[in-house]
Amino acid sequence: MSDTDRESGPPNEVELIKDASNYLRGTIVEGLADKITYGIAASDCQLTKFHGTYLQDDRDQRSERRRQKLEPAYMFMVRVGIPGGVCTAAQWLACDELAHTRANGTLKLTTRQAFQFHGVIKPDLTPLMRGLNEALMTTLSACGDVNRNVMAGAHPHDSPIYDQMLADCQAVSDHLKPKTNAYQEIWLGTDKVMATTIDDNEPIYGKTYLPRKFKICFAIPPHNDPDIYTQDIGFVAIEKNGKLSGYNVIVGGGQGMTYGMPETYPRLGSVIGFCKPGQLLDVAETIVKIQRDNGNRSNRKRARFKYTIDDHGIDWIVSELNRRMGSKLVKAKPFEFTTNGDQYGWEKADNGNWFVNLYIEGGRVLDTDDFPMMTGLREIAKVHDGDFRLTGNQNLIIGNVDPGNKRKIDSLLKKYGLLDAMKHSSARLNSIACVALNTCDQAFSEAERYLPSLMDRMDEVIKAAGLWDDPIIVRMTGCPNGCGRPYVAEIGFTGKAIGKYNLYLGAGFHGERLNKMYKENIGEDEIIETLEPMIHAYAKKRKKDERFGDFCVRTDIIKATREGMDFHD
Amino acid sequence: MQSPPLNDSACPLTPEQQAMINHLVGTLEPVQLAWIAGYLSAINTLALQGAGQATAVPAAAGTAVNGAVELTILFGSQTGNCEGMAKMAAERAAQRGIKSNLKNMGTYKAAELKKEKLMMLIVSTHGEGDPPDSVEDLYDFINSKRAPKLGDLKYSVLALGDSSYENYCQIGVDFDKRFKELGAEAFRDRVDCDVDYDDDAEAWIDGALDKAADLADTGDSNAVPTGVPAMPFTFPGMAPAASKYDRKNPFPSAILENINVSGHGSGKENRHVEMSLEESGLVYVPGDSLGVFPTNCPEFVAEIIATAKLKPDAVVQSANGEETLQDALLKTYEVTILTPKVIDGYAKFAGKAIQSLLGDKNKAKQRKYIEGRELIDMILDYPPKIDAQGFTSVLRKLPHRLYSIASSYDAHPEEAHLLIATVRYQTHGRQRKGVATTFYSDRVTEDTLVPSFIHENPNFRLPADPATPIIMIGPGTGVAPFRAFVEQREIDGATGKNWLFFGDRRFRTDFTYQTEWQRFRKDGILTRIDLAFSRDQDEKVYVQHRMLEAAKDIYAWLQDGATIYVCGDEVHMAKDVHAALLDIVRKEGGMKANAAAEYVKNLQRDKRYQRDVY
Repeated sequence: MSDTDRESGPPNEVELIKDASNYLRGTIVEGLADKITYGIAASDCQLTKFHGTYLQDDRDQRSERRRQKLEPAYMFMVRVGIPGGVCTAAQWLACDELAHTRANGTLKLTTRQAFQFHGVIKPDLTPLMRGLNEALMTTLSACGDVNRNVMAGAHPHDSPIYDQMLADCQAVSDHLKPKTNAYQEIWLGTDKVMATTIDDNEPIYGKTYLPRKFKICFAIPPHNDPDIYTQDIGFVAIEKNGKLSGYNVIVGGGQGMTYGMPETYPRLGSVIGFCKPGQLLDVAETIVKIQRDNGNRSNRKRARFKYTIDDHGIDWIVSELNRRMGSKLVKAKPFEFTTNGDQYGWEKADNGNWFVNLYIEGGRVLDTDDFPMMTGLREIAKVHDGDFRLTGNQNLIIGNVDPGNKRKIDSLLKKYGLLDAMKHSSARLNSIACVALNTCDQAFSEAERYLPSLMDRMDEVIKAAGLWDDPIIVRMTGCPNGCGRPYVAEIGFTGKAIGKYNLYLGAGFHGERLNKMYKENIGEDEIIETLEPMIHAYAKKRKKDERFGDFCVRTDIIKATREGMDFHD
Repeated sequence: MQSPPLNDSACPLTPEQQAMINHLVGTLEPVQLAWIAGYLSAINTLALQGAGQATAVPAAAGTAVNGAVELTILFGSQTGNCEGMAKMAAERAAQRGIKSNLKNMGTYKAAELKKEKLMMLIVSTHGEGDPPDSVEDLYDFINSKRAPKLGDLKYSVLALGDSSYENYCQIGVDFDKRFKELGAEAFRDRVDCDVDYDDDAEAWIDGALDKAADLADTGDSNAVPTGVPAMPFTFPGMAPAASKYDRKNPFPSAILENINVSGHGSGKENRHVEMSLEESGLVYVPGDSLGVFPTNCPEFVAEIIATAKLKPDAVVQSANGEETLQDALLKTYEVTILTPKVIDGYAKFAGKAIQSLLGDKNKAKQRKYIEGRELIDMILDYPPKIDAQGFTSVLRKLPHRLYSIASSYDAHPEEAHLLIATVRYQTHGRQRKGVATTFYSDRVTEDTLVPSFIHENPNFRLPADPATPIIMIGPGTGVAPFRAFVEQREIDGATGKNWLFFGDRRFRTDFTYQTEWQRFRKDGILTRIDLAFSRDQDEKVYVQHRMLEAAKDIYAWLQDGATIYVCGDEVHMAKDVHAALLDIVRKEGGMKANAAAEYVKNLQRDKRYQRDVY
């Protein structure tokens, strides 16, 4: 089957479901009312994603329960998009409370600066949605074939234009929110009679929304913590004389691919020009519409914007954008990123307030017997009048701490051991793991539950090589779809089967170059045996300030990936 | 009485014979009908034995009815690739004029396998040599000792996989190997395909269909029809046919399946047990029970022997003839429950102290002592001077246990399924265990044969008229016979509506037979199901609360002629359900209390309110 066959085919099943859904309603209400199951209809599972929730099940129990004639241990994952990752202390407390009363008692901070609740059973789903709404948060469009949570760099301490960028991030998020009334109707109990008098329509998306998910991100150089090259659209804030002069526009990044389908591949975004702040919403909307009209609606595996770009050529995209906008983007301004990691510890911002960046392993906020992390953060939220900031690296910043409050916050951080993580190896502090087993349906292997123990063994190697404080970007995902952005990791793992991973090497340190597969389908011992000599060689033979990914390319351990289409070469 | 008229062209009777049956059936009372059914069944069994044949089993719908061999295309898919190829195969078969049946392993009934003659099987391998989720059940089945002989089957396997894994296409390889072991013949060699499977798979489809065309066309028209439909007059109230096995001469039944069906984290341990009746001649109808003889716990027996200062290998004359004391205590005698008679008998061998529990004036004291105590407590409290023979002479014979059968014989020929709640509790500082329930949970092995027999329950029967609606109230293990009822109604094509009330502690872990109820409802067999999980919310909710909520509909069903069934706990549940029923009739029927009581009495008298409570 050739590529053209795949693209010219009939609309895929999800397109038909969207089309028939009456703006994302489907039979969700009926499914929620069905008492014989904690699940919902398969077609509605496609639709609830747009409402920010996935039906999952405890895969650890799946096989046993089938033999027991019990349905899978169904539960919902609920995602709350937080534009730019900034929420109030009151919102943090609300999430903490809801995690305990309506979910499994933990919170996951995601790689897109969202909160995730796990283990939500059907009777708790509507109360959870309402609780979030009462705290002025929404799950709408946190998943689904729409613009997802809009990300922004999370390190405001050394930029005077940070607040302006954050406001723009929020504006783009608001502008691209679905306009259907279905969300209010289903979850918030808006009177149906009222609702039906309002004509639903989606001026930007149309009734079938986008062909696939869509991701937008903002960043301020030199920090690339949200990985701007991996987004469908990236806006690089350009500062001139302490003022925001506009944004460089990057398009066509994306991480996911499918094993065994070389026509799928990760791609880094291409810089196509510069726009003024006033053009921002128009640029974002127009690009979204280009993808709406030209994206592949036959084959979901090739439906991301990156393939639309590669299939039409970047020049066509730019001219189409200029044509639709009736004006031209100007030449991109020079910029330079240096890292995609986080900046741990206390930093003082231009506004005089303090920010402290904490490491949250795997992004999982929970209490354990020897580390009451969740309790500690709750105690801080109770006395903190600033904000909480989720970073794109699954970490957390206690933000805008008033100088007069700093000592109190610091003592709580120490009391609950929240700064102890700084003793970890720098590689671990620069690691990401997606959720994977036991709840994610896509996962072929472990990630969040396993990476810490793999890092224990890696740490021994790193320590022996004397690289404890040298950052190396390590990322693991349970499948090839790329939630944890594994293809821009200097050491990337994607799950193939229980205990087996593909190993990728050679990415750029600040997200500027994709990695490439070095070994396929290997287990833990082989991972360590493979990496150990490389890490030692790196320690001995690296040039000044040379990063591990660059070293791997220079010493011919792996060939550099220049663009998405040669990822598999 | 109403009955489905016999008017079926596939019926082996002549039209005249059909008319005679129709006439006769139309005049019969249920009791007469049951008698005739049993009579015919017995004749049938004798005739079959005389002809040296196995019991004829009606074929499921979908298999060949005219003797021609039909092609089954069976697929097991994780991501849909196999399903896609299976559909392509079915389309191409149709283009060639080959009739085929496309079947998904996820919904395929394992019992169909032995009826298959010609099969194209398409299956993928997941991860490191694992079957896709939907394939696991069939895969386990063919690799189990229950797998049937497949001597009549010609097949070919297409295996999809990913060669980057070690056990490439393993599941396809396993099916192929196992089918051969079971006597089937591959009419075309297996093809293993990698991730770029399209070309190889298409080649396999076309090649296999070339062969299949010949095999499917050469159906032997003289062959015995395999699709004789179930005799339409095998009503659900039919009496069991004669078997040489009964309570006195129980059948040694093998255990085919024995699984804890209470989910992870449940406080309960309910076991689903499947017993084999193969070649026993034992048959049953929904509502019947299976009687089983368990054995005692060896640790308990050893403790009793040691505490009474006896020798395990002492020989005693028991009801079973001569056997060792240990065997007698394991298999022949009850060694747990204390009864007044056991105490009286035992007292002759114990010291003076036990006198305080004897005689009329100590009755209350004795009752109090018995509460929560077992034989071992008495031996410890009142050490005996006793020999082995004397000891056994005091004991009761180990009684059989009855369990409502949770399966329809027609749905599971030669099997009887049970739902058993394992009993464990603490009293007086000792761990107590239900004899039969922990027998199944702790002590049986794959090789255990359990002496078993059928216990008829003529007062708990489906309506003779398949159009009669039924309401079933069965919380906890009380749901067991209702699985049999609903299976039977499905297999009979009964048109009556079916409504189940079920309850237990928690939805997540204690929804017994959940996926089966879901399937029954989806297929329209189960009209309605109301659930009460007592611990899923602050206030305790039980089935009687759900009944009261549905009062209007229950009364309407009763007015429509519904029969209502209650099974399970007698002390609390059945009493509360009865009170709820009276309440519903009174309110919805606008009756005075005594009129409502009369209404319910009439239901009972007309056998429209039946109970199996314990």
